[in-house]
Amino acid sequence: MLRVNNLTKKFGGLVAVSSVDLEVNEKEIVSLIGPNGAGKTTLFAMVAGFLKADEGEINFENASIVGMKPHQICQRGMVRTFQITQPFAGLTTLQNIMVGAYSNTPQTISARKKAEEVAEVVGMTSLLSQGADGLTVAGRKRLELARALATDPKLLLLDEVMAGLNPAEIDEIVKVIKGIRDRGVTIFLIEHVMKAVMNLSDRTYVLNDGKLIASGTPSSVAENPQVIEAYLGHGAAEAMAEGA
Amino acid sequence: MSNLRRHLAFLVLGALGLIILPYFISSRFYIDVLTLIFFTAYLGQSWNILGGYAGQFSFGGVMFFGTGAYVSSILLTTFGFPPIFGIFLAILGGAFLGLIVGYMSFRSGLKGSYFALITLAFAELLRVLANSVEFTGGGVGLFLTYAPGLSNLQFETPVGFYYFALVLMFISIAIVYWLEGSRFGAQLVAIRENEDAAEALGIDTLRCKIYAIMIMGAMGGAAGTFYSQKYLYLDPPIAYSIHLSVEMLLVTIVGGMGTIFGPLVGAFVLHTVNEVARHFIDTPGLSLIVYGLILIIIIGYLPNGLIGAFKKKEKKSGSNSLDKKRSREES
Amino acid sequence: MISASLSMLPAAIINGFMYGAIYALVALGLTLIYGVLHIINFAHGAMLMLALYAAFFLFDLFNIDPYFSILIVTPCAFIFGYLIYRYGIGSLAKGKDQNILLITLGLSIIIENGALFFFSGDQQTVNLTYGFEAFDLGFMYLSYPKVISFFAALLMCAILWAAMSLTDLGRAIRAVAKERQGARLVGINVEHIFAVTFGIGIACLGAAGCMMLPIFYVDPYTGNIFVLVAFTIVVLGGMGSVVGALVGGFIIGITESVGGLLLGESLGQIGISLIFILILIFRPTGLFGSKV
Repeated sequence: MLRVNNLTKKFGGLVAVSSVDLEVNEKEIVSLIGPNGAGKTTLFAMVAGFLKADEGEINFENASIVGMKPHQICQRGMVRTFQITQPFAGLTTLQNIMVGAYSNTPQTISARKKAEEVAEVVGMTSLLSQGADGLTVAGRKRLELARALATDPKLLLLDEVMAGLNPAEIDEIVKVIKGIRDRGVTIFLIEHVMKAVMNLSDRTYVLNDGKLIASGTPSSVAENPQVIEAYLGHGAAEAMAEGA
Repeated sequence: MSNLRRHLAFLVLGALGLIILPYFISSRFYIDVLTLIFFTAYLGQSWNILGGYAGQFSFGGVMFFGTGAYVSSILLTTFGFPPIFGIFLAILGGAFLGLIVGYMSFRSGLKGSYFALITLAFAELLRVLANSVEFTGGGVGLFLTYAPGLSNLQFETPVGFYYFALVLMFISIAIVYWLEGSRFGAQLVAIRENEDAAEALGIDTLRCKIYAIMIMGAMGGAAGTFYSQKYLYLDPPIAYSIHLSVEMLLVTIVGGMGTIFGPLVGAFVLHTVNEVARHFIDTPGLSLIVYGLILIIIIGYLPNGLIGAFKKKEKKSGSNSLDKKRSREES
Repeated sequence: MISASLSMLPAAIINGFMYGAIYALVALGLTLIYGVLHIINFAHGAMLMLALYAAFFLFDLFNIDPYFSILIVTPCAFIFGYLIYRYGIGSLAKGKDQNILLITLGLSIIIENGALFFFSGDQQTVNLTYGFEAFDLGFMYLSYPKVISFFAALLMCAILWAAMSLTDLGRAIRAVAKERQGARLVGINVEHIFAVTFGIGIACLGAAGCMMLPIFYVDPYTGNIFVLVAFTIVVLGGMGSVVGALVGGFIIGITESVGGLLLGESLGQIGISLIFILILIFRPTGLFGSKV
């Protein structure tokens, strides 16, 4: 569904993303993990059309989307959320979600209906009339998800929707994400915390210093010495092996 | 929805009141003041669509007014083209100018203060041009002849112009009323609140902003025809006066940006203040000093304008924008 | 006609340089405020007009030479700027870019019409004893005031540049411009530095006003003429760049006088707004897009 080849982005002398290849298939939940500053958000920004790639190909449903603007990519069925939540602060939750819903219908009535449905899916029904600026962190993360979902995407790019949440809230949102996948939406997500995505994703890519260092099932990736080193520092893999 | 319906009831009652009002006012002075209030409210409403709803502040809104005024006036003086049709070409001219200015500035990503200043520069550019070319009458200006009649959009009594301005204002309120309940309106507000998020959710932000400035331009164009047919004279300092640009944003900000009745409330309050001040001390500059003070006070203490101040349920949004700023800096 | 214009070209260019230096000083205040505070002071022109009036009244009432008035008006302008930022603009705007623009717009309306109210709309000029004496350059006469103003403006630019690079205050200002959170952490009083910077920006206007009065006039609307000019110089030179302001000032000064010569007084003014629009659209970082 999504295929990325040789994707590269440099900021001045710094290579933020370095010839990354990856693939997301239909109905999968694929995660992209890696330490802070690994280039995950930069990669997402390029895929969603917010940043211009220096090199590389991005294909969505077998058509190149390089050079397209974010709204065009969204209209094709791929939508992103933001790590730092970007609510329409002056609007209510319902109005926020309706903005997403309007991408498929010009009718206010059907946009509202769609927004209410989506709110149900992410569990925000009771917050619909509340102002978005009054939401908690967990509420804002859900709102990001809800707005994106309201555009009826084929592929959802979720940028750290679990960051800043407590374990109970994480459990809930994991359930929500699984529910979304069961409705036929493919999901590609960034997560900083490995544990959170272990039981969620079908496949995982690991990014470190802009390069892909591993990929595969979450459990195989978790045992990869390179990955452990990337997360815990040099020598950690050996130390762990000795300990075991 | 109920909110909109309440507005509608308010609208119909208010409209009826304003329609029959001239039958109770015999003073030419009050009719003229009311006409001016409607006219400013109308221009404010055009500013409101781009500034209040889409969040793009312009400091050169007068350019559409001036261009529309020149279009219909030149058509009339040079070709004898009747203003009742000329006004539509003025509307087209304003919209076209909006397209050019909007495309050039939004395309290159100008926003905030930069957008405000570039519109100021466009208005100034047009003023200098109008002053230098011959078909506008240059610095001498254009004189229109007084020949009352609907085809000239001129009237024998001030009440005629009162209704002309009232119709314009009704139309502007109808446009914003439609905006409030429409997808396009929601998209503009989304752009105002967070442009990146709007773009991510499939909104063609560039196109929406251009449409908004074109609507503003079209409305300004019609206002130009109104003005030149009422006052029968036009020159570059009038057509492209910064004073009118400021008045458009002033009435809207004072009344309440992004609201249906903000520009009308603002125009009413400011003109009343103006007339009262003039009544006591008739010295040039005084009422404008008061305008400046009101602007600063509103920005500092009533960011949602007078309408916002009366809506008690409106929550404070100041702390939130700070949060947003902070989290951006952290990233 | 064209050849007559061309023979006057050198004179127009030199005149452009003379005015350009003063424009640069006006723009320097604006670019400094922008570079450090990241705000646009729309009342810049109105405040310049106030400085012109200050110099005028010092001359008219006390017979003080405008060039001497620099020593009086500049510190007063600094205090005015400091107070108005610290207790007005800064606290009312709540950190929003557009609010600052609107508040300073309100301020310019108040100042402009206050001047109209108190000083009337008449144009005022000063007649200096040496006002009509001039250097003979062979192809043109250059009046003493123009030459004095030119060098005084350059000197002011140099002093400001030196103060920004060499003094502790200058270093603190540059620290705040670059990294306001960091500056706050190491104990710099950021609000104070902001107000000081605003004060310095307005002090530039104080000096500029005194230098302009002998070669110009003042009325309540004088500021309007310079608002767009100053903004154009600032975007041309790059927001926040001192060198940019100087070069931008010369470019605008020359564009204006040469444009006036070739296109006529009226159409010649088109250059400034046109440059402004083109720069914003095609090269928004300006020619020298560095920070202070």
